[in-house]
Amino acid sequence: MAGWRRAAFVLAALLVAAGLAFGWALSAGDLPIGFREVFAALFRGADGMAADVVRELRLPRAVAGFVCGGLLALAGALMQVLLRNPLADPYVLGISGGAAVGALLAILVGLAPWLVDASAFGGALAATLLVFGLAHGDGSWTQTRLLLTGVIVAAGCGAAVTLMLSLVTDTRLQSMLFWLMGDASGATRPWPALGVLFVGLVVVMPVARDLNVLARGEIAAQALGVRVQRLRYLLYILASLLTAAAVTLVGSVGFVGLIVPHLMRLAVGNDQRLLLPAATLAGGTLLTLADTAARTVVAPEQLPVGVLTALIGVPVFLFLLSRNPR
Amino acid sequence: MAAPDASLVLLEAERLALQVGERWLCCEFSLRLAAGECLVLLGPNGAGKTTLLHTLAGLRAPTVGAVRLGGRPYAEWDSLAAARFRGLLAQQQPDHFSASVLQTALIGRHPHLGRWGWESAADVALARAALGELGLADFAERDILNLSGGERQRVSIATLLTQAPQLFLLDEPTNHLDLHYQIAVLDLFARLKGAGRGVVMVLHDINLAARFADHVILLDGKGGVLAGTSAEILQAEHLGRAFDHPIRRLDADGRTLFIPD
Repeated sequence: MAGWRRAAFVLAALLVAAGLAFGWALSAGDLPIGFREVFAALFRGADGMAADVVRELRLPRAVAGFVCGGLLALAGALMQVLLRNPLADPYVLGISGGAAVGALLAILVGLAPWLVDASAFGGALAATLLVFGLAHGDGSWTQTRLLLTGVIVAAGCGAAVTLMLSLVTDTRLQSMLFWLMGDASGATRPWPALGVLFVGLVVVMPVARDLNVLARGEIAAQALGVRVQRLRYLLYILASLLTAAAVTLVGSVGFVGLIVPHLMRLAVGNDQRLLLPAATLAGGTLLTLADTAARTVVAPEQLPVGVLTALIGVPVFLFLLSRNPR
Repeated sequence: MAAPDASLVLLEAERLALQVGERWLCCEFSLRLAAGECLVLLGPNGAGKTTLLHTLAGLRAPTVGAVRLGGRPYAEWDSLAAARFRGLLAQQQPDHFSASVLQTALIGRHPHLGRWGWESAADVALARAALGELGLADFAERDILNLSGGERQRVSIATLLTQAPQLFLLDEPTNHLDLHYQIAVLDLFARLKGAGRGVVMVLHDINLAARFADHVILLDGKGGVLAGTSAEILQAEHLGRAFDHPIRRLDADGRTLFIPD
């Protein structure tokens, strides 16, 4: 059977898919650019308007979409193992809520875009720490308690967001709504988030088999030599950081974090050693495709990318579910 | 695996006492399990059998006293090395995610593989053999979420066999099993015991305990503990007191049976 050989094959196929998605993202738009010109702009340092559009506009945006999708899918897969709940997504513990409160506050008082990003990241971390502190409380740390605390904090953040939306009436409302729906057009600096994604994978891959064991129950995992408590802290911190980086970069894009890990689980099985990198690649590819579609389908208008991820993800998911009734 | 030295002491507990919240589950007692022996923990519901078993497995620290695995306290064991020496069959195995029966059994190889290791053909052969032992040879590709309770219990036992420890700690191994598999599973562990492994198990059925135990620890749920050989502890009077119900002993066809009055 040689599990790793199958894993290598699946990952290679997903890499090719990601490459194709990038090719489309870089060539499609108001100004169609051929694959050959895209290649020249990227690797041969070509000059001219087309090359500038590829390098300055489309590449950062495509990378932002890919990184955000990868971050959310990886974070979702980790949350599902952490909470041992297949319905968990990266936002279930209130991280996106905290980020939204931070970002909307910054927009409300009229801060510069990079401060909005910083504020979103700060809000996400604040929510993470709040949930962790409250759930940890007396030292016991059951996932039910963690989940309930997260849901309550998320509900509180939701109320704060609604309050802020109702307070503004001018153009700030538009930017708030766009932030909430997720928007890659303003993401001109995707490289730090790419670093976070890379570090996340490097940290989590060595413990991927431990996660397989953890999915079989905490006591069984402990008896099999997994340091359960330490692993759960690591999962929580990592999933939170990944999610915070994603929502800071693009905003609260829905469905990717829930559906992509599921999709990959149905397609390639539940071995975390394959599932985690596969979900990362698939999430990135899906969001790159969705974002490219969002800016080209009704050009020059742009659709919120979160709407498209839902439109693509939900039917595909339902199809796989009906085909594979387990 | 080579047959371990039969004189090897696998597990020792010294002046052990366990407290959960305000309640003392057992007063100080000691136990010693050598290779080739079987110890059964008996007692009424909530007497602390599982807590005691988890303490013996090193998953929780004793309130008083010390537990030594293979002569060394758990603190001196690397967690993976300990997992190669002793294996635990937990009472509940929550399965929220689907996985094939073979994949699940292969989880038992975790402590034997390196950080980046993947299961080899030998590991798969071991897992298939374990599934065969439990009558699950044809189930390898089935999804565990579609199995019955008894079949899942057998998968859990196969996972433990795949782990291949020296010392088996079993929390109600006969749970969910039909009559045939209750005896088959206990016979299987009796064979492993004969091959020099050690077995500690929690049982509810006194008659199964009488059939398979060398040593018995009887918890009465009020902090009292009786520890000794099977013949010493399994007496109607002790059992009746611990379970708070009169128990009668019958001898038939060379077998001893205990039935509630």
